[in-house]
Amino acid sequence: MSSRPELQAPPEIFYDDSEARKYTSSSRIAEIQAKLSERALELLALPDDGVPRLLLDIGCGSGLSGETITENGHQWIGLDISPSMLNVALQNEVEGDLLLGDMGQGLGLRPGVIDGAISISAVQWLCNADKSSHEPRLRLKAFFGSLYRCLARGARAVLQVYPENLAQRELILSYAMRAGFAGGVVVDYPHSTKRRKEYLVLTCGPPSLSTAIPSGKGEDGESCSDDESSGDEENQTVSISDRHRPRKKQKINKRGKGREWVLRKKEQMRRKGNAVPRDTKYTARKRKARF
Amino acid sequence: MRLLTHNMLSSNIKGVANGFPLRIEVEKVVEKEVEINHDFLRNIFPKIDWKALSDASRIMGYHELPEEPPEPSVLEADIEFLRKFHHALLELHLEEGALLCPESGRKFPVNKGIPNMLLLEDEV
Repeated sequence: MSSRPELQAPPEIFYDDSEARKYTSSSRIAEIQAKLSERALELLALPDDGVPRLLLDIGCGSGLSGETITENGHQWIGLDISPSMLNVALQNEVEGDLLLGDMGQGLGLRPGVIDGAISISAVQWLCNADKSSHEPRLRLKAFFGSLYRCLARGARAVLQVYPENLAQRELILSYAMRAGFAGGVVVDYPHSTKRRKEYLVLTCGPPSLSTAIPSGKGEDGESCSDDESSGDEENQTVSISDRHRPRKKQKINKRGKGREWVLRKKEQMRRKGNAVPRDTKYTARKRKARF
Repeated sequence: MRLLTHNMLSSNIKGVANGFPLRIEVEKVVEKEVEINHDFLRNIFPKIDWKALSDASRIMGYHELPEEPPEPSVLEADIEFLRKFHHALLELHLEEGALLCPESGRKFPVNKGIPNMLLLEDEV
């Protein structure tokens, strides 16, 4: 069974009543969604003036992310394609207004009225052609075009996505750029398979200081007891043109370390000023397996 | 659905030039009290289409809003006006009814406060 829900069924069918109940009753999922929403709000970089804004929650589902928006004091409008998920949101009596709609058909909002948009784990659904008339490119175009139009000048959209592969991420990004957005991808914990999260941070309007994309979170400053982290965690910001996918774990391959490598390393150490034994015919000689 | 959202929604149907504002057909209106925030009201005011809000609030049964948009200075000084603005914008909910595209007349049903904005294949 595929672990990607997008490959099983279109979202309005996948998120039926039982899935919706599962999704919202899982405390682990709720916790993850809350964290993702907090991070997305952080990346929205709304002015810190205490004035509540009007935000858009794209793919709001059962309102988990919307609740985070409310907790941060803002008003929001949520859009989702699954009636089951929206029903759960109603039961949870979320503060935001809910719309039953398909983001791939265009958002249907007036120009310049939204102060910011977030989306948690939703936009990658656009890339699947579920119905014969659903050409993903047209849907991406309609989505990003309408999103760009409805955002106010200087507003941002932060879309947390799970692209299936590099090609899909590039596809999503390219349609965002075509719609007029500037911005890039912020990757948190790029080296950790479990914790790795990608956020498309898109800005409207002319580039300025406010459109500088922040760096992603690494493992800096955290305790080293986490077994998942490899030795050299770093903050990583992936720009749009970067085609190299961050490698997951640096596997140390013994086969690559022949005599040549050893001699080079010894020379390096000598240059540093370390005490290094001299090179002889025994250097890097293959030892017995038991050694 | 509150009038704040109604004021932002437009009909997205293919071929429709101006899908705003959507006409409201009321079946059930619910009033829910919400804490007032003057900063939010002052911040959102420039984005509001006043005529659409004023007309919509009348259809929902609230007649306190003036038809003409107020001067921005009114927002600063007149607390009573802010309260009326707040009530119309955030406390009136369309629970059951429909939204109609002003050009094509197409109905978007509203159930349990959620408008169904899904377009058919040939409307996209």
